[in-house]
Amino acid sequence: MGAIEVVDLAKAYGELRAVDGVGFEVAEGEFFGILGPNGAGKTTTLEIIEGLRRPDAGSVTVLGERPWPRNPALLPRMGVQLQASSFFERLTAREQIHTFAALYGVRPARGDDWLEHVGLVDKVDTRVADLSGGQMQRLSIACALVHDPEVVFLDEPTAALDPQARRNLWDLLSSLNDSGRTVVLTTHHMDEAEVLCDRVAIMDRGRVLQLDTPRRLIRSLDAPTRITVAAGQLDQGQAEALPGVERAHADADGLVLTTREPAVVLARLAGDGHLDGIAVAAGTLEDVFLAVTGREYRP
Amino acid sequence: MSAYVALSLAIIKGFLRDRASVFFALVFPLMFLVLFGGVMGDRAQSKVHLIEVGEVGLVDDLTGGAREAFEETFEIDRSPDLAAAVAAVRKGDADVAIEMRGDTLVAHYTQTDQVKAGITQGTLRAFVDGSNVAASGRPATYSFASEAVEDDSLRTIQFVTPGLLGWAIAMSASFGAAATLNGWRSSKLLRRLQLSPVPTTTVVAARVSVTVAIAFVQTLIFVGLGVAAFGLRLTGAWPAAVPLLLVGTLCFMSIGLLAGAVARTTEGAVNMANFIVLPMSFLSGSFFSLEGTPAWLQAVSWAMPLRWLNEGMLDVMVRGEPAAAILLPLGVLAAFAVAITLLAARLFQWETT
Repeated sequence: MGAIEVVDLAKAYGELRAVDGVGFEVAEGEFFGILGPNGAGKTTTLEIIEGLRRPDAGSVTVLGERPWPRNPALLPRMGVQLQASSFFERLTAREQIHTFAALYGVRPARGDDWLEHVGLVDKVDTRVADLSGGQMQRLSIACALVHDPEVVFLDEPTAALDPQARRNLWDLLSSLNDSGRTVVLTTHHMDEAEVLCDRVAIMDRGRVLQLDTPRRLIRSLDAPTRITVAAGQLDQGQAEALPGVERAHADADGLVLTTREPAVVLARLAGDGHLDGIAVAAGTLEDVFLAVTGREYRP
Repeated sequence: MSAYVALSLAIIKGFLRDRASVFFALVFPLMFLVLFGGVMGDRAQSKVHLIEVGEVGLVDDLTGGAREAFEETFEIDRSPDLAAAVAAVRKGDADVAIEMRGDTLVAHYTQTDQVKAGITQGTLRAFVDGSNVAASGRPATYSFASEAVEDDSLRTIQFVTPGLLGWAIAMSASFGAAATLNGWRSSKLLRRLQLSPVPTTTVVAARVSVTVAIAFVQTLIFVGLGVAAFGLRLTGAWPAAVPLLLVGTLCFMSIGLLAGAVARTTEGAVNMANFIVLPMSFLSGSFFSLEGTPAWLQAVSWAMPLRWLNEGMLDVMVRGEPAAAILLPLGVLAAFAVAITLLAARLFQWETT
């Protein structure tokens, strides 16, 4: 049995069908991502699974328990990080995590361990308002994990972070399921889901459109690979004449060759000595999103 | 550490580190206590400034005890110029100017300060009567002594302290509840706590405990300063004010919950609580006595929970009423607390958009 089972979930706010027939299963120890643009229904789905909202229809079990209505037997086994930074006002990082430790009946020392683990040792006496966005998210994750839960829910942990801080957080996030813990994460960053998640559910307009491993999703798309070579090595006509190249066009970086047989094209380019400044871009989840929704991805 | 203790500590640290909250809960009301109790209270006791124009035999001839009594009431200056003396009275530099017209003592005084005008008239008349008696050589048949009914003191501090204390507690309880409910909702901390194994009752108990503790600290400081610096004297049943303060705090927390539930932002919630509490304080006699105000105003004031809190405190703290005097105010405040909390719970929404 999966750690989380979601069947035919539906939730409407007036006319808006925020969640519309969502179903999936998350295995124990899996890193599961829910991916989609803002307003896709990710957070509502997550909040129903956590037990914060009652679904209009459908059922949810987490670790074999029903999260709604508030289930005190389940709560200590779950860790949650909500979208906003949910902290007590004007407390330091250490005071925050000690308070959360006490809420879960855990020794304060566990909190200190987690502060160290998330790299906040030199910020323990800093108040949350003075932490950077990335540090706040680290503290928030530490507070969610202080009681060593079996399942942890992270709602857009990297939202509002600059790209550098976002990548810094990936190391921490990817280690969260090392000890067999189940992780469910929502994000609107395609690259993040690709790097972190074992499986990804792509959501839009309250529905799950695709659900698979990131690799398989991209491969199933049969998306072309784009090979860029530095300008001046070969002209457009020559490039389009190469076997396997579907078309070629010039852009600011050089000449871009589009192909579904990258191995053939690369071998030929190597043989002709055209590898200078070469760049290869395979399909991404963004292409998958474009293919399944028929519209540009707008986070 | 239990969840209750940890939450209480977190809330109290958050309060103590917020200078604005501490200022409005403790310092700001104390400023009013010093202003009302100290400055204005002293003025009521100050001597009447009297200008003696020319020779006033009645005053000049006073001797012994009579002279002493007169100088206790009046601070005497002399001036030869009646017009200048009357001008000084008109401008407020002096309170009264006296002159003799034949056998008549004429006092020129101003009605601006009715208390001093009253003292001036009464005292001068008494001295004239006394002098008449002395001149006639017959002992007085009647004499008059006055004693205030309020614990031998009519001092301002007695009436100002409970009212200002009521206002201070109303502010800190309602602001605290409004800011907590609204702030914790918008930071999703309320949601976060809902997803922890701690029961809601524990969270509520921690917030209530901290607010009640702050209210008792306010009371200690207010009454302590009043007794030590301004001569406040508590009457017998004053410990009965403790349950009254407790229920009063709950009542104003419920008003804060209402503001916190309705307002969109935390600042808005605190402003709304202030918008309710400040006018209520005026209408409930926190800043000035409602004695002698129109009947409709009296009627309105009894619809205010703060009026009940203030009256209950006045009864047991300074009017010398027995402890049973708090029962009715206690019941009314508890009813307000329950009704307003239920209303707040109905109006509360998790999402503010």
